[in-house]
Amino acid sequence: MVRNPSNRTQFRPDDHDAEHFLLTTVVGSYPKPTWLSTVKELSEDSGAAFDDAALAEAYDDAARVITHEHERAGLDTVVDGEMRREEMVEYFAHRIPGYEFNGPVKVWGHNYFDKPSVVSEVDYDEPWLLDEFEFTASVARKPVKVPITGPYTLARWSFNEAYDDTESLAYDLADLVNEEVKGLVDAGARYVQIDEPALATTPDDHHIVGESMERIVDGISENVRICLHVCYGDYSRIYPEINDFPIDEFDVELCNDGYEQIDVFRNPEFEPDLALGVVDVHDAEVESVAEIKRNIQQGLKVVSPDRLTVSPDCGVKLLPREVAYQKIANMAQAAREVEAELDAGEIEVAAPQR
Amino acid sequence: MTELVATTPGLFPLPDWAKSELSELKGRQKVDLISGDESDQVVSAYGRARAEVVDDQFDAGLDRIVEGQLRWDDMIAHPLAVHDNVETGRISRYYDNNNFYRNPRVVGELTPSGDVAADLSAALELFDDAAPLQAVLPGPYSLTDLATDEHYGDDRGFLSAVADFLADEVESFPSHETLFLLEPSLVANPPNDDLAAAVPEAVDVVAGATDADVVVHTYFGALDEKTYAHLMDAEVAAFGLDLVADDREQTVYNAVEYGVTGDVALGVADGQNTLVESAETLRERAEWFTEQVPAADFGTVYLSTNTETFYLPVNRHRAKLSALATAAGLDREVVA
Repeated sequence: MVRNPSNRTQFRPDDHDAEHFLLTTVVGSYPKPTWLSTVKELSEDSGAAFDDAALAEAYDDAARVITHEHERAGLDTVVDGEMRREEMVEYFAHRIPGYEFNGPVKVWGHNYFDKPSVVSEVDYDEPWLLDEFEFTASVARKPVKVPITGPYTLARWSFNEAYDDTESLAYDLADLVNEEVKGLVDAGARYVQIDEPALATTPDDHHIVGESMERIVDGISENVRICLHVCYGDYSRIYPEINDFPIDEFDVELCNDGYEQIDVFRNPEFEPDLALGVVDVHDAEVESVAEIKRNIQQGLKVVSPDRLTVSPDCGVKLLPREVAYQKIANMAQAAREVEAELDAGEIEVAAPQR
Repeated sequence: MTELVATTPGLFPLPDWAKSELSELKGRQKVDLISGDESDQVVSAYGRARAEVVDDQFDAGLDRIVEGQLRWDDMIAHPLAVHDNVETGRISRYYDNNNFYRNPRVVGELTPSGDVAADLSAALELFDDAAPLQAVLPGPYSLTDLATDEHYGDDRGFLSAVADFLADEVESFPSHETLFLLEPSLVANPPNDDLAAAVPEAVDVVAGATDADVVVHTYFGALDEKTYAHLMDAEVAAFGLDLVADDREQTVYNAVEYGVTGDVALGVADGQNTLVESAETLRERAEWFTEQVPAADFGTVYLSTNTETFYLPVNRHRAKLSALATAAGLDREVVA
């Protein structure tokens, strides 16, 4: 069952004027500054005299710039745009003993991914994200959200050489994620998002994700907000099952298909808070504030305003950087305008009031 | 006596240098995928990559040599994706995998194209008669299933047209020993009652265009009983069966209950996992099947990966080819 969604109040800015508060956030990834790619190439060139310390400085600089870019866009909670991560499975597999890499495999066309193999029991060694979080928190003026690739996706998008099945591998990985989250919480993290895109392709495995979430939140304070993000799938195949998951917030991508699936979540009543995608991350055309306000109101069909979070559909890293920024800025602006209209009683809420 | 033949269903991973070179030359977006009128530079890169994967098969010691299907950006939908009267529409998921292809929309008559024949001829030039060539095509049902028909009008008509198209392609193939028709859709999205009986007829149309041994290779699991029973009407040398999938008992049941072809291709190596099975394990898997189907005295047993191997990193793909060749050679002539 849901945890404690009311923990969202800790993210309400002290100077928030409106009575209503729609929590604004992002899913995680953001376009990398062009110079960061150049710097990475330099660091791999032995003749370029560009050492690891210089590369680490470049990562810090990029994380600082993008964290501040998120703040300028007007978000209530921010991330560093995942500047230190190249790919959502590879990043973690490199840090988990038990994984090995054999080379790139095709995803589609000439797009490849270094799909790792699990060759022995997975284990926890060094923290995965502690440095990233501590740095971002040190430069951010807003609360920092931490996205983590979920254990089901880490299991499903790897070759499994060592475990009997995906389920047993996912549960072992979930225990590692739990250890990581505990470390992050000790360091001050209060908002953690578990990304499980693999569930969209194999929705019948929702029970594995549910049990994995149980393991992830074991021993985690209810003051820590736990979000689950699932994108690009048929949500009717995992709803209402997700109502039983131990989460505070469920983050969905629905803008992409024009909210065709929004009614899926209306019956039975939606239990966690809803984090709704209100800008499309696969369309380089920037939605107007007016259009995003209409998208936000789709969420009010499912939950009352005090339970609605707004975010882009998914990570925005494939968009041009200026487009990504403008979408997020328009999104934050739209949220503030909707709050004002709610305060003024100008918006009708179709969702059941609690 | 049963002859053991080591082979693969083709669709290999590109060598890593070719992944980089071709993504630079072609680009990474949907519009950059293969069109059938590639630049000289792209043709040259694919030519060098083809030579490498042919060499890999000789090095491994396989008994049939495939072209590798390295140009098939859209996997087994390729023969339609490059056709003049086909438009490549939305990106679709390739079965239950984290892989995607361009959905081919057939908007005009499927005239003969010769695209696959040209690649096969280029491969054959590399090794002449040093080893037998194996051609690979999508089976008519799977190609129909992966495409969208906006020209022929009804399911049976479309299946029949696709079968005729594939038969025309086969007619222009250079001399080949074996033809694998890849039919994963028979498992993943089996035909409805109306279409099931038309599938063996469509297969026969394609098989009738060659003197080679034709293998209808199925994978991603076991065929359902009804589809299997209908497929028994096809006049082909062999079925290809997936012995890696969890539901392999169903495959044995089908063969015992409904009979099986005189030759058989057994998908004994996992084309979707980097764990490299030993030659002994591969042989045990084959015997697990042949010993439970006692009525059959197979002429040829092909030992193969269950699926295409483009899912794998190159080093593991090569290791699987070697294991298959070793498995077939362990004790070359056995009584099944």
